[in-house]
Amino acid sequence: MMGDVTDADFEERVLGSQSVVLVDFWAEWCVPCHMVSPVVEEIGRDKGEALQVAKLNIDDNPDVTRRFGVMSIPTLMLFKDGQEVARVVGARGKDALLREIDPHVPAA
Amino acid sequence: MAQTVTRVDLSERPFGVWAGDLEWRAQTLILATGASARWLGVPGEETLRGRGVSACATCDGFFFRDRELVVVGGGDTAMEEATFLTKFASSVTIVHRRDEFRASKIMQERALSNPKIRVIWDAVVEEVLGDGAVTGVRLRNARTGETSELPTGGVFVAIGHTPNTDLVKGQLELTDAGYVVVQEPTTRTSVPGVFAAGDVTDLIYRQAVTAAGQGCKAAIDAERFLEELAHRTG
Repeated sequence: MMGDVTDADFEERVLGSQSVVLVDFWAEWCVPCHMVSPVVEEIGRDKGEALQVAKLNIDDNPDVTRRFGVMSIPTLMLFKDGQEVARVVGARGKDALLREIDPHVPAA
Repeated sequence: MAQTVTRVDLSERPFGVWAGDLEWRAQTLILATGASARWLGVPGEETLRGRGVSACATCDGFFFRDRELVVVGGGDTAMEEATFLTKFASSVTIVHRRDEFRASKIMQERALSNPKIRVIWDAVVEEVLGDGAVTGVRLRNARTGETSELPTGGVFVAIGHTPNTDLVKGQLELTDAGYVVVQEPTTRTSVPGVFAAGDVTDLIYRQAVTAAGQGCKAAIDAERFLEELAHRTG
């Protein structure tokens, strides 16, 4: 888990990362976000080094939120080599998330 | 453990629950499958979901500060969503396919008297426009067939919900609208041992907190049911 990323360090830690990074856009008041986050953490643990997982609080970080056109949460965005390669909007189960993520994550 | 249920059999206890080939048997069952928002089913709606298309003003309104927004619908939900959105939006345009709302008089008045809200009557959304983010909607006049484009920064679909009761259709008593009938104040359904809670039973309040409260009732109802069973057979 990369932990929390912010408007200030997003460029370096996510876009500049050598790894594939899954960013979990969330807010305290978003109930479905609380359902998705534990699943995302589990996926991060399962994938190990092949996938980095980070959380971005949209209340505290409006710049990144607006920059990537995040208009609904939960939104999960997958970044590879500084580019968005996948996006999931709305709460989904683990299987559904893996279907979106697996094609982009290097095999263990 | 989280699996997607594909079939249930409530004809006898223990009840059968299947997720594909996986099978469970349960002495009690709590149904909490909720209700899903109805969508328009027009081009652009699905691709732009989460990028300007939403079915929940309280969830997503936050992201549309100072934008011009469109709300589609004519019932109480559309009135509520439109009114709520005026907290964030610079303007809200309600688009309705008929020339009068079916919402209650009070809700209509509240919406129509709001200076930020205006209405386009007899209009149907044909397409949601935008590439990567919503830029507008194409409308068709339901009477004349004439089309027009309305620029907008967000579209909120408020045309109602459908309860997720496909799994139990024909097995549990449902209302005309498809909601599970429960014996208030309990969560008992028409099948002993099967309980239901949340939006799948409730089209009036539909709040997380009322659903959670009902869930608590369902858990207690199920627990007592099992105790009674044990007492009888034990």
